[in-house]
Amino acid sequence: MIYFLLKRLAVAVPTLLILIVVSYVLMYAAPGGPFDTERTLPPEVMANLQHKYGLDQPLAVQIWRYVVSIVTEFDFGPSFQYTDQSVNDIIEQGFPVTLTYGGWSFLVAVLVGVSLGIAAAVHHNTLLDYLSVGVSIGAQVLPNFVLAPILTLIFTLWLAWLPGGGWQGGHWPYVIMPVIALSTSFMASIARITRSSMLEVLNADFIRTARAKGLPMWRIVFRHALKPALLPVISYLGPAFVGMITGSVVIDVFFATGGIGQFFVNSALNRDYPVIMGITILAGGLTILFNTVVDLLYAWIDPRIRY
Amino acid sequence: MSPFIFGRRAIRSLSAASVEDAAGGRSLWRDARNRFLRNRAAVASLAVLVLLLVFALFGDLFAAWSNEEIDWALLGNVAEEGAPSLANGHYFGVDELGRDLFARTVQGTRISLMVGILGALISMVVGTLYGAVAGYFGGRVDSVMMRIVDVMMAIPYMFVLILFMVVFGRSILILFVGIGLISWLDMARIARGQTLSIKKREYVEAAVAIGVRPARIILRHVIPNLLGVIVVYATLLVPSMIIYESFISFLGLGVQEPDTSWGALINDGASQMQYGTLWQLLFPLFFFVVTLFALFFLGDGLRDALDPKDR
Repeated sequence: MIYFLLKRLAVAVPTLLILIVVSYVLMYAAPGGPFDTERTLPPEVMANLQHKYGLDQPLAVQIWRYVVSIVTEFDFGPSFQYTDQSVNDIIEQGFPVTLTYGGWSFLVAVLVGVSLGIAAAVHHNTLLDYLSVGVSIGAQVLPNFVLAPILTLIFTLWLAWLPGGGWQGGHWPYVIMPVIALSTSFMASIARITRSSMLEVLNADFIRTARAKGLPMWRIVFRHALKPALLPVISYLGPAFVGMITGSVVIDVFFATGGIGQFFVNSALNRDYPVIMGITILAGGLTILFNTVVDLLYAWIDPRIRY
Repeated sequence: MSPFIFGRRAIRSLSAASVEDAAGGRSLWRDARNRFLRNRAAVASLAVLVLLLVFALFGDLFAAWSNEEIDWALLGNVAEEGAPSLANGHYFGVDELGRDLFARTVQGTRISLMVGILGALISMVVGTLYGAVAGYFGGRVDSVMMRIVDVMMAIPYMFVLILFMVVFGRSILILFVGIGLISWLDMARIARGQTLSIKKREYVEAAVAIGVRPARIILRHVIPNLLGVIVVYATLLVPSMIIYESFISFLGLGVQEPDTSWGALINDGASQMQYGTLWQLLFPLFFFVVTLFALFFLGDGLRDALDPKDR
């Protein structure tokens, strides 16, 4: 297992480094600097600003400094747009929000998706099955940025049950719509995957044996069939995680929840490079970390896989 | 965002699907066409998509206004008088600036479809070539090439794509390049998996034996036999491309005014819905949802028709 972890690290570290270097070079090559304003600054002021942020150094030195400060101090540098804040401040401010509704969404997607999938498979070719298949097809064409306006239209404008945006420190009415909007399409995918793998497992010989022994259905499903049926679901968790991180950008922008995505889009519109890069690298790092955890989980559930 | 639509499992099952020989007498493609025509949902979807294409190509001819023109008579009282009406030529109403929503929807449909189709084409060409080369040569070449794919897959590409758009300026061209760059990864995996089974076939062996060069074998013998699976997957890629593009345009980072796309239109409509101008949200939303539905059913129909496992 330790060998496996080391092997994963051997891939993860270069990936992150490539991500950092490529985004830094892209940023460096970009036309227009962060200090381009409506009126042109005097050259001395410009030079001072450039010097303050270390932008007058050669490219290699800049990248080296950037990487070193991230690795040694976990410091992503200052923000150009919010002059009194560093990228770290922004991450500290936005990340807990994103993590809160992101975590709930993940939980909802997995729990509801798996239960729906199991129910559909166990009651194969009944109304329940068709219903769950219908839901998962419908949810496919409703990505978060389509679902979010629809939810707001129904629950805020028509029924006036839930607030249309804001966060209020994570008070529950403010969390519901972000969680539904973010989790639905993943919930549908998980339900579909669970259903088809469960159907496959339920047709296996060892399930027939269990039935022949006269075991009750719930015991067959939960003790014998669930574990093998969940394997494909677990391998989907990695992409689902990436999708949720990406989707959180839409949620933050649409519901004004104040999470990381809002800062990301703002910075993208204002060319605040350190913030864009900091968030991109953070998302990349989290993805790699999560994928490693998923791989370990996979190995733990399926003893046939040895690293 | 392809994991939204296409789980790893589905991809794996596509890459594991074996390529069967055509049954004697009837060709593979003819068989497939028959199966496809029997699938009513898929045929209906095809009809919807053809209509949509006609709408995108010729909708302009029926529009009384252009997509940039502001109807000054309505500006300021859009909520009261801007609703869809045949009388003043705004069939879908006007947006918050008094621009004709019909013309804008035609234009948005054009861009969204173009991104979808071109994006899928780019990824089809790049992914197929990449995967076929990796699979055909195998060994170290294969493991290095697929490791690169693994590394790229581990990156949250939407962030990188947005970074890309910020750096190089927001234009449709950059959007195409950016989306094309990240979308070929799954395609490459599928093509590689298929190639591994194709390259053991007798006809490839025969070609090697008579001294055909690898490049020619890949182009003439491997790729044509990959085509069935590739076409199915490419059809399923079109909706994900449309979703990518709409996602970025929804955030205001995609196409720029006066150009528009479904994502941008949905965003505009959503930001205005508290004023009761619901048509601004519902028309683009309708087009988006119907198109995606049709594309998914078409993709499913094609898979059923072309997937040899199903016979």
